[in-house]
Amino acid sequence: MSAYRNLGQVLHPVVFFTIVVSLFPLSVTPLPETLSLIAPGVIWVAALLATLLSLDSLYRTDYEDGSIEQLVLAPCSKVIVVFAKVLAHWLSSGVPLIIISPLLGVLMHLNGEGIKVTMLSLLIGTPVLSLLGAIGMGLTVSLGRSGMLLSILVLPLYIPVLIFGASAIAAAQMGLAYSGQLAFLGALLSLSISLAPIAAAAALRIAVR
Amino acid sequence: MSELSHDQPLEQEFPLVQLNALECVRSDRVLFTDLSTNVLSGEIMQIEGPNGAGKTSLIRILCGFLTPAAGEVSFKGKSIHEDVIFYQSHLLYIGHSHGVKAELTVMENLTFYAGISSTKSDANLSEAIKGVGLYGYEDALCSDLSAGQRRRVALARLLITDASLWILDEPFVALDKKGVVWLESLLIAHAKQGGAVIFTSHQDFISHASIKRLNINEFACIPDF
Repeated sequence: MSAYRNLGQVLHPVVFFTIVVSLFPLSVTPLPETLSLIAPGVIWVAALLATLLSLDSLYRTDYEDGSIEQLVLAPCSKVIVVFAKVLAHWLSSGVPLIIISPLLGVLMHLNGEGIKVTMLSLLIGTPVLSLLGAIGMGLTVSLGRSGMLLSILVLPLYIPVLIFGASAIAAAQMGLAYSGQLAFLGALLSLSISLAPIAAAAALRIAVR
Repeated sequence: MSELSHDQPLEQEFPLVQLNALECVRSDRVLFTDLSTNVLSGEIMQIEGPNGAGKTSLIRILCGFLTPAAGEVSFKGKSIHEDVIFYQSHLLYIGHSHGVKAELTVMENLTFYAGISSTKSDANLSEAIKGVGLYGYEDALCSDLSAGQRRRVALARLLITDASLWILDEPFVALDKKGVVWLESLLIAHAKQGGAVIFTSHQDFISHASIKRLNINEFACIPDF
């Protein structure tokens, strides 16, 4: 579970996130007004894709070296096993995104309030992405190179997080109240913390068939 | 006096593992059907059969990964799916892919498995690493080890486990001659202590220990043309 030995696993999502976001000032326009207008969507879509790419590290090596079978055989509830895996995944790929996000906020000409809410919304939203991803990854890990199928399965589930995350940043940027959107994100988080591990544990059992 | 013999402890009435009329179907092919046998405490059972006969499928059924098309597996008289955690706390499985993490060191791998499986309370991890002949490699990354050495890391779990039932899929693969002899004596010692071992292998035991053989081909379904 210590992915930190393999530095690439931690760095790749962050570098990907940074590069995707920085493509927009280069390609669309460097004008501050336009950039700050599209920033919420751009940052959240990039975070979504970075998480999606990092999901492979959740079970892939475990599946290849057979330790996924040992995890399923661990004499404890598989919900706890999945929860531990997801927590490790979030710490190694979600948290770095949150840490780098203020820099990207500056790059996208967000104001102080906007940057604060970017971090907040990522903090509440990225665990949801990891939790939902664990379900999709459990279902697809035994299928070999399943990146495309995983995206098709998981991306639609990410849409609510994207909507509320991006609109919270947009509202904060315009000086409006954003607590409603964050509350919705919080609701999504508590819903997925309580239910997604159960579904992901069932998916894990399918993975070792 | 005869009444006394009825008051045997409950555990004695059941064989440790009971395979009851198992049938396995993989991609529309019936691999074996009506496979029944018992494994008692103190027994070593070798599952034999040609490639594709269903040895690994049978092992996976025994571990509870696969559900048999018919029949059931019982452990101490209880279906293994009835009380999964109870069964899993008495089971040690080392599969063909042995679950040794390449990016962790030998010691970290063993510590991890000591944490997630039932382990002897007096287990000494460095003794176990010494026991499998990897003394001096404690802090070596498993990605730097050879296939045989990695197999030994996985087998070190046998020295610290508390499980009574060992299920091993091709445990002798990649082991050198000395390693094979060592593993055989370890399996025999475990059986002598009242444990049970189920393993698959194409090789025969070198030593003359009495082991039970199960040839899957005897239960193969004769296709009707």
